[in-house]
Amino acid sequence: MQSVRILRNAVLAALVAAGGAQAGTLTIESWRVDDKALWETVLIPAFQKKNPGIEIKFSPTAPTEYDSSLTARMAGGTAGDLVACRPFDVSLSMYKKGNLEKLDGKPGMENFPATAKVAWQTDDGKDTFCMPMASVIHGFLYNKKVFRELSLQPPKTEEEFFKVLDSVKKGGKYAPLALGTADQWESNQIVFTSIGPNYWKGEEGRKALIAGKAKFTDPQFVAAWDYEAKLGTYLGKGASSQTYGDSQNQFALGRAAIYPTGSWDISYFNQTPDLELGAFPPPVKKAGDKCYISDHMDIGMGINKKSKNKEDAYKFLAWLGSQEFADIYTNKVTGFFSLSNHLITVKDPVAKQMIEWRASCASTIRLNAQVLNRGEPSMENELWNVNAQVLNGNLSAKDAAARIQNGFAKWYKPQQ
Amino acid sequence: MARSLLRPFGRAGVHLALGGYTLIALFPIALILINSVKSRSAIFDNPLALPTPDTFSLIGFHKVLANSNFLLYFGNSLFVTLTSLVLIILFGAMAAWGLSEYKFRGNRWLALYLAIGIMIPIRLGTVSILELIVKLHMVNTLSALVLVYTAQGLPLAVMILSEFVRQVPKELKDAARCDGVGEIKIFFQVILPLIRPAIATVAVFTMIPAWNDLWFPLILAPSDQTKTVTLGVQQFIGQYVTDWNSVLAALSLAVIPVLVLYVIFSRQLIRGLTSGAVK
Amino acid sequence: MVRQTFPWHVVFFLAPAVLIYSLFSALPLIDTLHLGFYTSDDAGLNHFTGLSNFRTILFDQTWSTAFWNAMWNNTKFFMIHMLLQNPIGLLLASLFSLKGLKWARTYRTLIFLPTLLSVVIIGFVWQLILSPLWGVGEKLMGYVGMADSFAPWLGQPSTALLSVALISVWQYIGIPMMLIYAALLAIPEEILDAAHAEGASGLRVFWEIKLPLIWPTLGLVTILTFVANFNAFDLIYSIKGALAGPNYATDILGTFFYRTFFGYQSQIGSPTMGAAVATMMFLVILIGVGIYFFFVQRKLTRYEL
Repeated sequence: MQSVRILRNAVLAALVAAGGAQAGTLTIESWRVDDKALWETVLIPAFQKKNPGIEIKFSPTAPTEYDSSLTARMAGGTAGDLVACRPFDVSLSMYKKGNLEKLDGKPGMENFPATAKVAWQTDDGKDTFCMPMASVIHGFLYNKKVFRELSLQPPKTEEEFFKVLDSVKKGGKYAPLALGTADQWESNQIVFTSIGPNYWKGEEGRKALIAGKAKFTDPQFVAAWDYEAKLGTYLGKGASSQTYGDSQNQFALGRAAIYPTGSWDISYFNQTPDLELGAFPPPVKKAGDKCYISDHMDIGMGINKKSKNKEDAYKFLAWLGSQEFADIYTNKVTGFFSLSNHLITVKDPVAKQMIEWRASCASTIRLNAQVLNRGEPSMENELWNVNAQVLNGNLSAKDAAARIQNGFAKWYKPQQ
Repeated sequence: MARSLLRPFGRAGVHLALGGYTLIALFPIALILINSVKSRSAIFDNPLALPTPDTFSLIGFHKVLANSNFLLYFGNSLFVTLTSLVLIILFGAMAAWGLSEYKFRGNRWLALYLAIGIMIPIRLGTVSILELIVKLHMVNTLSALVLVYTAQGLPLAVMILSEFVRQVPKELKDAARCDGVGEIKIFFQVILPLIRPAIATVAVFTMIPAWNDLWFPLILAPSDQTKTVTLGVQQFIGQYVTDWNSVLAALSLAVIPVLVLYVIFSRQLIRGLTSGAVK
Repeated sequence: MVRQTFPWHVVFFLAPAVLIYSLFSALPLIDTLHLGFYTSDDAGLNHFTGLSNFRTILFDQTWSTAFWNAMWNNTKFFMIHMLLQNPIGLLLASLFSLKGLKWARTYRTLIFLPTLLSVVIIGFVWQLILSPLWGVGEKLMGYVGMADSFAPWLGQPSTALLSVALISVWQYIGIPMMLIYAALLAIPEEILDAAHAEGASGLRVFWEIKLPLIWPTLGLVTILTFVANFNAFDLIYSIKGALAGPNYATDILGTFFYRTFFGYQSQIGSPTMGAAVATMMFLVILIGVGIYFFFVQRKLTRYEL
């Protein structure tokens, strides 16, 4: 009969609709090509155990192309459902253009402290647009075998540090520092912003710059550049042509004693069987000084506003905030530490060593990460340029400070 | 007869010069090939060393070929490159003929308009092109890449082919016209065979950027089914760690199809010239 | 016979190329170029600002230093190619066109190999060769007794641009070589045989017969080199990244454009300023191409053989 048929059609339609809503697919965008195998073999299956029926594709792009291609594809509407977020201004700009969802109050977000969310919030703190995922810690890795051979101890003060470097240099067999300036980024993100906080007292100095109460030409910053210039004298003769990959290989082959880097490199060296790794934080000026470490929020996850499957995307996001994810990610992607409130045991010994510095040293993010990169000239690019030159001995500390300060004051009102 | 042509260089001198330059051209390539079969630490330990039983390692090739999609990526690259090539040559030659032979108002301006494509950084138009492809529902299709590469290869093709079309003897064209042959037939039966060398040259030039391009496959067709070889290799380039074994292996393999195509086209170059005595 | 009907055949020849080119290349480019006359605010909306972007690039201290540095580097880049790439390409092509040369095809294929390679591999292998750490370059120079002269050329501001330009010459020499070779082959045998029958030496034949006949092709090669160099980007991006160090010594217009339009690291891209930079690049190249089209082409006598 007519009414039965209508009813049957309605039920069928409802069933189809319900079935359709279940068979969802999600695409995750990221620059972490390195993690692809991990996502496909461990993380995604773990999520699917709790949430069957959702198909997930982890689709990374090479880091050099990630930002530009993501921007283009967001503009064209073909970007994935979930996107890995760079910290601070890059993601903020994406949010302001209307490309990311507002995540405040969504399930999973409550597991993160305010300090972590800062990297992915608007300046007034009212809108959060990415869920924090992991941070990295910067310091120095050293070759324990080389240290033993030369009877050296990991240094705690600058004096000890230079003594160690001198001994290695005199021995002639190993390079004191596995560091080059060809790629430029290490000079700022690994060296300057890591050794510097001991001089400008971490968050105190950084916030003073933002408030306009301190200038780059103040003594504490110039002293940091002086220290960096001194370190530069221990670089190899051809360091200006040495790339990041070269430094990695140099240290992996056991040809260098100390390797300035961040915690992300631990997993790579774990694969080198003969290498005995140790780590020490940036040495302090005088014995007994308070130490500071560069503890940088590196990666978050946001949801594309134009995503066609937001329902599943939010389910995934909630799982990203869970203890299970925090545990797996921190321990499998060695060197990336979950930013959540959950208590995690870090299993890798060197990573454990580094995360324990949080207890004895004060944490700070990279000096220019917040607000300072917004103007023209881009302070990040300027710092790369300037720090590479200081390490190469081509620019004096005073000139470096002056250049950065001039560029800064050019656009930043509190500094004018 | 031949000997007088080789003086004053002297046969030995010529071979010395050519051999010397060939060495310069080949040495880095040999370095790549040697190192693509060594283990990673052996590459940097002694890059110049030939692989020994200790350091020989096909791990790069294993990783690349075991990933079954790689043959698919090769196929995609081949399809996109060859199809673009055919379209570029056909439409490019037609346009070159149209511009060089027929005097009409705006001829020069049209030629200039066609040359704009090489005067502006290609990536500038990315978002507009992507929006167009989205509107045409052609995202993640190989056809999108074909159309974009054809559009990008046409300016250069037209410029080069115009130059060679202009050198075709007037008598041939007039003779054909006097015989009552239609313009279109003249083009396909008289002109095209005569500019074979130029066509072979253009084919080689346009296939290289199409084959090696990373950007447009990344923007327009990044899905697994439509990835090209160059894009596929990117999966070995991580943020901090690059799997150089796999990258070297993949890129060494990727040169082979292009090399084969080059050999084919350069053979066409010669054949076109020996039969150039169409007179 | 005067054709009274509309020349449909002209449309037939021109239509496909013009259509595809306009849709997928020219119009998107022109469409984005006009952004140069706007600025965008935080929310991504554009406001018309006339020539202010151009004024900024040319006169604002930070911008103009960067722009003119890129411009000057690009000019140097072009001159190195004109001094090395094209003459060597001409020499090689002339040698190939010598009659009776054994193994010509092998030489040609081998010398052309670098042009077929991907920029990723070229960047990797040359950085390996020139790296001070892995000893390849140093060892090679040691064979000719010049090991002490080895320096980290890619990393020194004074030699970085030259090094990258030389790598670019190495990569692209196959192109002028092939074009000139094609042109040389098009010279009919009879002319060359006649010249030799009259007793002209190989060198004289070259200077007085071959060279004048291939002038148009040489002109073409020059303008193609000009356009390719002022639009260059991939090789420097692969070796030095978009920041084109050391201290912007290898920054050319292509990398300057990329950084401005797409941003770099923490610097957020600005499509409007980027479009303005692209317009400047366009104008520079346009002037060169214009000169080629309207003067060189008209003045060159094209020998129809």
